Amino acid sequence: MIASRGLRTVLRVTTAIVLVVVYTPLAMVVINSFNVDRTFSWPPSGFTLHWWKLAAQSHGARHALLVSIEVALLATAIALVLGTLAGMGLRRTRFFGRHTISLLIILPIALPGIVTGIALNNAFRTMLGLDLGFFTVVVAHATFCIVTVFNNVQARLQRLGPSLEQASADLGAGPFRTFVQITFPMMRSALLAGALLAFGLSFDEIVVTTFTAGPQVQTLPLWIFQNLFRPNQAPIVNVVAAVLVLVSAVPIYLAQRLSGDTVSSASATP
Amino acid sequence: MAFSVRRSPGLRTGLLLLPPMLWLGVAYLLALGALFVTSLWSQNDFTGAIERIWTLDNYRQIWEIPVYRTIAVRTIALAALVTVVDALVAFPIALYMAKFASPRGRRLLVIAVLMPLWASYLVKAYAWRGIFADGGLIDWLGKPFGIHSPGYGLLATGVTLAYLWLPYMVLPVFAGLERVPDSLVEASGDLGAGALTTLRRVVLPMAFPALVAGSIFTFSLSLGDYIAVTIVGGPTQLLGNVIYENVGAANNLPFAAALSTIPVVVMFLYLAAARRTGALDNL
Repeated sequence: MIASRGLRTVLRVTTAIVLVVVYTPLAMVVINSFNVDRTFSWPPSGFTLHWWKLAAQSHGARHALLVSIEVALLATAIALVLGTLAGMGLRRTRFFGRHTISLLIILPIALPGIVTGIALNNAFRTMLGLDLGFFTVVVAHATFCIVTVFNNVQARLQRLGPSLEQASADLGAGPFRTFVQITFPMMRSALLAGALLAFGLSFDEIVVTTFTAGPQVQTLPLWIFQNLFRPNQAPIVNVVAAVLVLVSAVPIYLAQRLSGDTVSSASATP
Repeated sequence: MAFSVRRSPGLRTGLLLLPPMLWLGVAYLLALGALFVTSLWSQNDFTGAIERIWTLDNYRQIWEIPVYRTIAVRTIALAALVTVVDALVAFPIALYMAKFASPRGRRLLVIAVLMPLWASYLVKAYAWRGIFADGGLIDWLGKPFGIHSPGYGLLATGVTLAYLWLPYMVLPVFAGLERVPDSLVEASGDLGAGALTTLRRVVLPMAFPALVAGSIFTFSLSLGDYIAVTIVGGPTQLLGNVIYENVGAANNLPFAAALSTIPVVVMFLYLAAARRTGALDNL
């Protein structure tokens, strides 16, 4: 098969075409942010930096960006703790219910976001009598971020095996000392990769956020969605969108600097 | 304490699992259960308050009012179609990445596929709004051939969803194909099979669980989406935006809860079927 010239050419051409289709919309977003027109008409009639200047002064966008970063940082921190615990708890042991537990961890992202969203909305408001706000968004985001950390930790622990920790125990270290001096350093890059994915997942999320954010909490995706259909704001939304496209190269760069794990584990997260 | 924890792996496992299971159990499973319970309650038509009277009326309405059946079938069909399109597009790329590209090329391709995943979901859907717009890219490209943009609707929604979820299909399929040993492929060739026969009878069956794993994401994400359909769907009604309207504008949470059991049941059936193929180990 490897020798098949024809197949190779067909696959190469297909890959090239698909990549062009994948990157065209992203390129259009960036080009459109310089478009003189307020509409989507293509090709643009002229280019300007005016919208970029306006966007830099947009109070709403900047505030929403900060809220998004705060939510993502807190949700990532919670997911790191819970995901690590779950990953360590589920290794080696082959007890009954193991599959059920991994299914439970995957469930918040395997079920459609709108279901998770209204389930949490209903639970916060009707069951717990809480007002929706910043806190409820963080709880909701942490819930579906656990899986990214869990996957990375589990993959790393499986690959490393227990021998180093057993050696540490044989040399007289207690479980906590072994964790601090052996297990944690071994898991560090996997934790970073998991945290990166969790951050990205939370930063970009809009469906669950819509249902769990109070009226005064506005994350960046919520801000974009609210301003998407306002003709006056459209050029500024274009600029914010272009910035987000360009910034998306940063986590890829970081992930590449981490470990080979990152690529395979990224597949398990939306 | 430390001593007993070390001696008893069961206790250790239990202690480690307790916090995440409490979180997921309380924050998530209970919430899902409560949502189901709410779907069995009714709503006062005048005050809009939820009344805790047990009733199957919400489900009866979904079953008896034809428009809801149509919307449910349309949504499931669209999600299935998006999944099939993504699988058909993803397989050749993943195959090229896993079995044909040089190690350097493979690395670059993985980055090329991953990168759009990090670009904001909303921004990508928004970009397609521009492409399908009147006078947008499709109109411009199609002009010499007399092709017009189909405008906002079901087709635009399908294309946008397939575009959005493509990386979720490519990456697991790529990982699955990478695990197919080259020696098996060569053995098949040595036994006289042509490239296509090898592909069909050796590579495809081995990569199938990975395809199913990818399809869980494309299917589930399409099933519940209401953002893309709002942006490029025009008047199209899918389960996602009907549920959304019932929570928001109509403020009928019990009915929205009943509607949302449709995607949940469909997803559970799908996950159960996927589990049989071993796809869940590929996640």
